[in-house]
Amino acid sequence: MDWTDDGIVLSAKKHGETSSIVSLLTRNHGRHLGLVRGGTGKKTRGVLQPGNRIEARWRARLAEHLGTFSCEMKEAFTATVLRDPLKLAGLSSACAITEGALAEREPHQPVFEGLLALIGSLPQDDWPSAYVKWELGLLGEIGFALDLSSCAATGQNDQLAYVSPKSGRAVSLAAAEPYKNKLLKLPGFLLRPGAIGAPEDVNEGLVLTGYFLERNVFGHTNNGLPAARNRLTDRLRSKPTSKTCR
Amino acid sequence: MVSAEIEILITLLAKLPGLGPRSARRAVLHLIKRRESLAQPLTKAMGDVLENILTCSACGNLDTQDPCQLCTDPKRDATLICVVEDVADLWALERAKVFQGHYHVLGGTLSALDGVGPEDLNIPGLIDRVGNGGIKEVILATSATVDGQTTAHYLCDRLASTGVQVTELAHGVPVGGELDYLDDGTLGAALKARQPV
Repeated sequence: MDWTDDGIVLSAKKHGETSSIVSLLTRNHGRHLGLVRGGTGKKTRGVLQPGNRIEARWRARLAEHLGTFSCEMKEAFTATVLRDPLKLAGLSSACAITEGALAEREPHQPVFEGLLALIGSLPQDDWPSAYVKWELGLLGEIGFALDLSSCAATGQNDQLAYVSPKSGRAVSLAAAEPYKNKLLKLPGFLLRPGAIGAPEDVNEGLVLTGYFLERNVFGHTNNGLPAARNRLTDRLRSKPTSKTCR
Repeated sequence: MVSAEIEILITLLAKLPGLGPRSARRAVLHLIKRRESLAQPLTKAMGDVLENILTCSACGNLDTQDPCQLCTDPKRDATLICVVEDVADLWALERAKVFQGHYHVLGGTLSALDGVGPEDLNIPGLIDRVGNGGIKEVILATSATVDGQTTAHYLCDRLASTGVQVTELAHGVPVGGELDYLDDGTLGAALKARQPV
């Protein structure tokens, strides 16, 4: 077995003294693990940082084997955000969510393209909006899509302002009035393609996607959402003061 | 037929970094051949280390005394603290003889993958040391990796309220490094951190 694919490094875990077990999100082979010999060495360690885009060649005798990767750097995304705490938190969170949410060896090309676009958008200031939309897209891709097309109660599609935590369907402002304390807020930028959310809208969006990710995807784990995702939420809430250090 | 005692020794040595069963077997044979000149001094040295080495309660360094010699050395600048991930990093800085302040060993980095959170590292000790006063600068010498920098940013946030200056090591071209062989990330970091000549 032998294939070559475009991949994004999600994680690398030391294996033995010199090797690493690397998890990649590949374009055509989904989330795929493999052994990288010499992965902890100084030449390869930098390549295997989460978020880097690489060209990976996977080889194994049988398809069900772990196999070995040989990796070549295509784009060093990680190095560009290492010094920015917020962007680094965004990158780490996206990689951790992808790592935890996707089944192994199940192709999810839209998630790959979305993650690539998200990582590519990190140098821009509006990346948090893209991040929330990416999580929303991820939920849809793995079978837990939110229905934001019309109100669950009235069928209307104007003034959608809440989401039902039970059904994951949008609820209009008028229909939500009696129960709005029990509903999740739906920030408007999620309804308009290309729209950018204000910081408070982004935080509401993260609460929304975080709720469904935790309930549907990470509910089976004892720890809930990945620590990296929680750190991102904390950083975005304290954004005005987060850049005052150093 | 190898005796059980030798087999146990081979098994234990094979667990050391850099050694496998085959090299452990060679090491054991070598130790047996040089019983007096090597095996006995080695046994004594290992016994001494196990018996006497302590972890410094102030900085986390390994030494025969607590606080360690680095923490009690009056020639060192006690207003500077260099935060490192492991004792190996502390030793590397000491070998280079480039830093004359005090250290703080975290004992690792934050890692979502390995489930290492702030409570698993020696972070409260650092906050206490800085909070006790007398510190002018904290140098974050964590690795230039996602985990290392995540830890550095976390520490930076925790130390922000203390008013102490927080700095970090530069990232760039290593001595003897050729631009042609550097990765894109290091080149970018080096270009961003350029200085007037």
